[in-house]
Amino acid sequence: MFCDRCGEPAAQGDHRGCDAARALEPPRYCPDCRRRMKVQVVPTGWTATCVEHGTRTS
Amino acid sequence: MSEILDRARAQVLTDGVGLDEAQILEVLRSPDDDLPELLQLAHDVRMKWCGPEVEVEGIVSLKTGGCPEDCHFCSQSGLFASPVRSVWLDIPSLVEAAKQTAATGATEFCIVAAVRGPDKRLMDQMREGVKAIRAEVDIQVAASLGMLSQEQVDDLVEMGVHRYNHNLETCQSHFPNVVTTHTWEERWGTLKMVRESGMEVCCGGILGLGESLAQRAEFAAQLAQLDPHEVPMNFLNPRPGTPLGDQPVVEGKDALRAIAAFRLAMPRTILRFAGGREITLGDLGTRDGLLGGINAVIVGNYLTTLGRPATADLELLQDLKMPVKALSATI
Repeated sequence: MFCDRCGEPAAQGDHRGCDAARALEPPRYCPDCRRRMKVQVVPTGWTATCVEHGTRTS
Repeated sequence: MSEILDRARAQVLTDGVGLDEAQILEVLRSPDDDLPELLQLAHDVRMKWCGPEVEVEGIVSLKTGGCPEDCHFCSQSGLFASPVRSVWLDIPSLVEAAKQTAATGATEFCIVAAVRGPDKRLMDQMREGVKAIRAEVDIQVAASLGMLSQEQVDDLVEMGVHRYNHNLETCQSHFPNVVTTHTWEERWGTLKMVRESGMEVCCGGILGLGESLAQRAEFAAQLAQLDPHEVPMNFLNPRPGTPLGDQPVVEGKDALRAIAAFRLAMPRTILRFAGGREITLGDLGTRDGLLGGINAVIVGNYLTTLGRPATADLELLQDLKMPVKALSATI
């Protein structure tokens, strides 16, 4: 599993900064494969799509 | 109490004449002890020359990422190692975003694209999108598509776009440190065409790009010279992978002083809270800004980052007894 903000392994390193930042950011990396996702932000939400693992929504 | 505030009270509040660059710098350098009085003065100026209403706007990115320009603050530049990927919004989703924005009570919906300037594909997408929104949603449509040709200005007017955003971002003397792929003067040229077309001019920028206080004053004075209908005030939210990714955020009191100073420089403009306010000012600072010169907000999310829920801002406006500007008042 990978951090969906920085793309580094979620179990390695300190991701508390990423967790805090994610309150005001959509995910950018697929947590399953660390591919960069296609992210669309709209006024009331977001969608993030990984070519391999599908679409996540807010 | 600073002497500059006495002069500002007579000049701006009483006479409606904005501060000049040297006076703005004095305000930006005023001590923390004077901040409450400064914010009250900026609020009084806003109430006298603009009134109590607050203009609410939503924004959406029609084309995200992959921009050929190198604006050092922007995660959408294709020249930096940013995690933001290129993506286009389809027309049904654009219309839905406009509907969601209108449902908050917003009167403005700004369609934004990360480009140097629009190509035929983007202009065609705009034409189709604006037509669909105007057919289904009761909201004013604005646009922000980078630098324009005269033909594109004319096309946007014909589509019914009523306001065009093109930020100068920072003052003329600091701009080359922030952007190298085009010039401040090129941006000014687009703004001149927009003004002459009859569209409303929306032009602001970002504070915290490494500019000095003197350059912040220079920027406010240059905006005052442009005399835009609206000035969006952003505060840098440092984005991973960009050249300004490690830049410190603007300190809250400096941000509030800047808001008040910009209001005292432009007593009649729509001064809008835009991106970065959440991390620079937080909830309490948002309240202080609305009581210190701000009279417009972007609600909900931004282009690539998230904002406060629209309901939080609307509840705050209700608490402050500041009515949301109605659509009928903007047409």
